[in-house]
Amino acid sequence: MARKLPKVDVVIIGVGWAGGIIASELTKKGLKVVGLERGKERKTEDYFMVHDELRYALRYGMMQDLSKETITFRGNERIRALPMRQYGSFLLGDGLGGSGVHWNGQTFRFLPYDFEIYSKTVERYGKNKIPAGMTLQDWGITYDELEPYYDKFEKLTGISGEENPLAGKRSNDYPTPPMKKSPPLQMFEEATKKLKLHPYMMPSANLSESYTNPDGIKRAACQYCGYCERFGCEYGAKADPVVTVIPVANKTGNFEIRTHSNVRRILKSGNKVTGVIYTDVTTGEDIEQPADIVVLTSYVFNNIRLLLMSNVGKPYEPQSGKGVIGKNYAYQVIKGNAVGFFEDKEFNTFAGAGSLGMVLDDYNGDNFDHSKVNFIHGGMVSLSQTGMRPIQNNPVPGGKPTWGKEFKEKSVKYANRFLSVAAQGSSMPFKHHFLDLDPSYKDAYGDPLIRITFDFENQDRQLAKFLASKCEDILKEMGADHIDAMKDLGPYDITTYQSTHNTGGVIMGDDPSTSAVNNYLQMWDVDNLFVVGASAFPHNSGYNPTDTVGALAYRAAEGIIKYHDKGGQVS
Amino acid sequence: MAEENKENPESLSRRKFLRNTGFTVGGLAVGGVLGSLLPRKKEEKVAPATKAENFNQALMYFTPEQFQLTEAATERIFPEEESGPGAKALGVAFFIDHQLAGDWGFNAREYMQAPFFKGEKVQGYQGRLRRRDIFDIGLRELQNHSMTVHKKKFTELKEEEQDAILRDFEEDKVNLTTISPSGFFQMLRSATLEGAYSDPLYGGNRNMDGWKMRNYPGSQMAYTDIIDKDFKKINPQSLKNHLNH
Repeated sequence: MARKLPKVDVVIIGVGWAGGIIASELTKKGLKVVGLERGKERKTEDYFMVHDELRYALRYGMMQDLSKETITFRGNERIRALPMRQYGSFLLGDGLGGSGVHWNGQTFRFLPYDFEIYSKTVERYGKNKIPAGMTLQDWGITYDELEPYYDKFEKLTGISGEENPLAGKRSNDYPTPPMKKSPPLQMFEEATKKLKLHPYMMPSANLSESYTNPDGIKRAACQYCGYCERFGCEYGAKADPVVTVIPVANKTGNFEIRTHSNVRRILKSGNKVTGVIYTDVTTGEDIEQPADIVVLTSYVFNNIRLLLMSNVGKPYEPQSGKGVIGKNYAYQVIKGNAVGFFEDKEFNTFAGAGSLGMVLDDYNGDNFDHSKVNFIHGGMVSLSQTGMRPIQNNPVPGGKPTWGKEFKEKSVKYANRFLSVAAQGSSMPFKHHFLDLDPSYKDAYGDPLIRITFDFENQDRQLAKFLASKCEDILKEMGADHIDAMKDLGPYDITTYQSTHNTGGVIMGDDPSTSAVNNYLQMWDVDNLFVVGASAFPHNSGYNPTDTVGALAYRAAEGIIKYHDKGGQVS
Repeated sequence: MAEENKENPESLSRRKFLRNTGFTVGGLAVGGVLGSLLPRKKEEKVAPATKAENFNQALMYFTPEQFQLTEAATERIFPEEESGPGAKALGVAFFIDHQLAGDWGFNAREYMQAPFFKGEKVQGYQGRLRRRDIFDIGLRELQNHSMTVHKKKFTELKEEEQDAILRDFEEDKVNLTTISPSGFFQMLRSATLEGAYSDPLYGGNRNMDGWKMRNYPGSQMAYTDIIDKDFKKINPQSLKNHLNH
């Protein structure tokens, strides 16, 4: 029997961006909040030796230990799902701050089109534009409704940026000016302006200058050290939960973080949840934490896994399309990109920052006419300079040879002489892309792993080809001497890194029969349970997801406070 | 040249960073790393190491024969040529030996639970063998294949012959039942690049020569002065340098 603790107002499962934001907003209002985090404590001092590509980028120093828990994967329902035994396609965060610690800091708003994607697609192109099996839905919220929450998250994190000419209206400028424009960015800007496109500086959570946010949190400016993605920031210049929201929540005296606490079940009685059971992983003891409100804020996969293991919500059934938990799993189409080699130019590309880049949205969302293409939506196109660390960056023109004398000569020669223009393609939901519990593989505690059933569709292949050719055009205009464009998407392959932008599974909407949560991310059938994160996205846009996760977390925090005061479904 | 030295690496040191960003002891809002970065007095600086023996160059896992095979094979993957030293001079075989002795060799942070099934290629590695087992088998088979084809040990072959043997592994032209020859080759190739370019603390990239060869500055505290400028060569620093401040 689990040891039962005294009841608290709110228990939060997972203390990353979503959990941290909700903890800080709720504790400021005087609610008593317990945050259960299964990983370890984190602080800026941990990153003293962070410039270590092997330890963090190749050996995944900050990521979840897969020996304890992973996911299983299959391309479709006819084949046996097998465990992701080693990292590849995406990287699961771990510890305080979660994936919010090892991100790059690219902080985009989704487009107004995204939130009403079904209606707007039908309105402009007719119902036939949406292929069979694509379970496209509106989000149950509009861009204008979400805008104030985007604004809050961008002020919290101090985003450095400039107006994007092709995006939704902003109520305020970015809190800090854009990052410094490196020579490759200048080349990208010049070339894309010549091509009559609309480049702008990437909105960055790596600060361009020191900044104090509305909570009074001070952070230093980015030093362009080139170690963001897969690394923690030794300066606190990259916004993460540990250097922003968590200290604010702690300061109220109303927040208690329990690390090494792995939540195993959400407890339910009637149509309410009553708390959670977690295992203290240092002692093995099972502990019950009762609470008036439960907020599920772990990574996408565990949000769904915990709901399914706890029998909360109706599991999705791919045959009938009924049920909602696990529905509309989506990802990102990353492979549409191009690499340009320059014979006579050498760049400081060893330097950089996770969100140092220039972007254009001429091919994103519905910013261009889709009547003559076989896909909907699109993707952002960017040149980003995140720091070309030497183990992982050894391209040679034509991609061959990959070893031996010629490979060595060329990879050394071009080490600082290549630039990538890359597209980040959106990912549409399909009826047969979903998450459920694996029938055979278990985690270290004997609980089932989550199972991904997903593959790329014709929509994705067309999109990748389209975007890759645009990237190629830009590199041509930039004067590259040789260009390799990746136009063939192939099947979804879990072994090569693409993106840690996994979305869906507990999606939001305005109809309880097709969505799991309302637009405050409150479960339709369980009033006192909120499920927050990219799990709420009904599809994934052609952008990084964190700004939208942050905005939705602020929205959810407001909903939780409303529920705390009045009860019932928040509207 | 004097001009260049002036910019390196001292000018980008933590000390300068502290000044540039205006942090003072009282204003350590970020705390953490910065707190421990406060410069020590000059006389406290650690004396430059005299030429000591490199005690790191001994074996933790390999037998001498495995070591020699690894050294020879990785040198073909990443050979010495005009641009700079190859795998052997960079200490890549020591790097791989040390890696196999630890977490990586044991697949300690990877999911190794049964049941094991052969999967689709896109589902990734599904074997039950750990990297150290794969190296044991792969190196033995490399030797066997060399003996079969040339009646000589791999280390006694000419460079072109060694390349051909390796290519047979790369293209799965060797018939093995226990491991995938190309899988082993790819592991060897990745480990070679890791050994050539990881921080010297791991036993490869000797004297930071791998980094110097490709003008990679290693671990620098800040690039604010050069980020918006044209290419600039910077003398590399390793993580050891961080401890000396």
